[in-house]
Amino acid sequence: MNNHDLPRWATAFVMPVLNLLSALLVAALVIYMLGESPAESLGILINSAVVNPEGLSYTLFYASTFIFTGLAVSIAMQAGLFNIGAEGQMYFGGLGLTLAMLAFDSSLPWWLLLPVGMLGAALFGALWSFLPGYLQAKRGSHIVVTTIMFNFISASLMNFVIVKYLVPAGEQNPASRAFADAAAMPLLNQWLPVLGETPLNISFFIAIIALVIYGVVTTRSAWGFKLRATGLNQHAAHYAGIRISKMIITVMLISGALAGLGSVNAIMGSTHYLSLNFVNGAGFVGIAIALMGRQHPLGIFLSSVLFGALIQGGFDLSLEKPNIPIETFIFIQGLIILFCGAMENFYAPAIARLLKRKG
Amino acid sequence: MTFDDLHIASILVSTVRNAPVLIFAAMAGLFAERSGVIDIGLEGKILASAFVSAAVAFATKNPWYGVAAGMLVSVALATLQGYVAITQKGNQLVAGIAVNIAMSGLTFVVAQYFFQQGGRTPDLGSARLFDVVLPGSDAVENIPFLGWFYAHLIGGHSVLVYLAFLLVPVVHWVIYHSRFGLRLRACGENPHAADAAGISVERQRYLAMLIAGVLCSFSGAYLAIVQSGFFLRDMSAGAGYLALTAMVFGNWRPFHTFLGCLMFGFFGAVQIQIEGVELPVIGRIPGSLIQMVPYVVTVVVLAGLMAKSVAPKALGTPFVKSR
Repeated sequence: MNNHDLPRWATAFVMPVLNLLSALLVAALVIYMLGESPAESLGILINSAVVNPEGLSYTLFYASTFIFTGLAVSIAMQAGLFNIGAEGQMYFGGLGLTLAMLAFDSSLPWWLLLPVGMLGAALFGALWSFLPGYLQAKRGSHIVVTTIMFNFISASLMNFVIVKYLVPAGEQNPASRAFADAAAMPLLNQWLPVLGETPLNISFFIAIIALVIYGVVTTRSAWGFKLRATGLNQHAAHYAGIRISKMIITVMLISGALAGLGSVNAIMGSTHYLSLNFVNGAGFVGIAIALMGRQHPLGIFLSSVLFGALIQGGFDLSLEKPNIPIETFIFIQGLIILFCGAMENFYAPAIARLLKRKG
Repeated sequence: MTFDDLHIASILVSTVRNAPVLIFAAMAGLFAERSGVIDIGLEGKILASAFVSAAVAFATKNPWYGVAAGMLVSVALATLQGYVAITQKGNQLVAGIAVNIAMSGLTFVVAQYFFQQGGRTPDLGSARLFDVVLPGSDAVENIPFLGWFYAHLIGGHSVLVYLAFLLVPVVHWVIYHSRFGLRLRACGENPHAADAAGISVERQRYLAMLIAGVLCSFSGAYLAIVQSGFFLRDMSAGAGYLALTAMVFGNWRPFHTFLGCLMFGFFGAVQIQIEGVELPVIGRIPGSLIQMVPYVVTVVVLAGLMAKSVAPKALGTPFVKSR
């Protein structure tokens, strides 16, 4: 659809908001059909995720993870690659992080453990995205299908690795041993006691730094220009001298590394051990965030906070309203992907008509 | 019959029983993609129709009502994908993923709402589709090989299994020997030429999505009403993607795609058979590793054969009528 005629404020602000509202409207309809009041549910959600300081802290805690998975999907999308595999890449990143912690948590101080953990997470995340990237670049295997397969494979493989090698002797719980206290991320509640016993930690600031770096690299560097050129028109980019296959592999490695870094907040910030299925859909949330935020750093940030609020508020909502289980938010995620991604130009003709009539 | 023969026999029988889920979905994908629309949303359609089929079959105690209801839902989802791909000219991959994720959540929520069994439907019991016993099965039962071949490999399956296997030559005929199929392929290869020849590309693609919706619903119904006898959360477990891969493996051709489906059905059967078996040299393979088999095979197939494959040329590109 043709939306070049629309002013920037319309495409960058009005349309995303309308799309999001449409998705939420459909969700409200479903909640109504489940016999619950959408308005009351929204009230509970906002109260528990934004108004209450502890709730807000949890919202930002979830957002810190989502920023990384959102960035992972976004940077691949900039190159025209649809990386569905952030889920598996973050899961694998968690393994890299855990191996680093198990090896060093008794010998290094926290300010060294953090970079070591991040390195392990990024490395393993990148490792898990390398093959899909390589196969797309060299063999033309569709990245969407291979990354989905790698999600399934990582689920089984991690199950095997955790149960067989990481569960401490005598334990039943399918999880690694807990890390030493030195491996815990500094929590923000030591400076802001109002946050209570919540896991919001300095990962939030690391995530924001990552957003800034992403914004600068994609819009202000030569490499970022090549990246976007590849995404806009591969043939033209190739003609301009960009090595497409190298670009695909590189961007997939970065994407996997970013997804892997999502595990730093989830593990070092909260549980302090690697557990089965700790990712719990954060990778898929990243897809919705990338589409909703239109791969723009500010958009990714706002979408991540929104999803953090949906998850945090959703937990409380599911306790109060048994008919609205937390899985409802997986459905809402799908709706957001549909309205903000697949039908992103749904309102373009209407807005264009409206503007024409006015002008 | 030795112990080993028994294994091969049951692997073959379960291959035949595993394949229909993939065959229906792959044939659905074939129609969509031959018309130029990528259908990555097979997974979501299978899941949705599996749930609705199971729920309606349970409520009405009639499996056929279940099949019909599953069809309605699957067609609705396919139409939505068609609307995005054809009318909105939006991103077809994103639409498919949206359908998959949304259905993964919604089927659980609705199943929980109606049945409160953790996203599962109750056992269908008598509302399952029963197996067809071929005439004279009892008479040949005791004849070595032939008895097994007639009564268990060819006979003794649900009607949907036969429908799946019969579907393949029908699809072949429709795609290659009917006027509809010729137009369908034209839209997938060169929609502008098709348009110039007076074919409505949009109408043709909507029709293809409609057929894809109908065919895909059988996949879900088979999974829930025949294979399992209940609906379980995320029970499709990647079947939609395996079907898609079988189609890529088969170069978008019905018979080759069918072979791909049989291959995946076979690996699925082997996977169940070797679980817990002490193998020579490697010993017992843990279940979690065996679960990976179909997905690893998919990646290997995509890596090895995609480069040679010839997708419909206009696949994934929205058709914009030139002025």
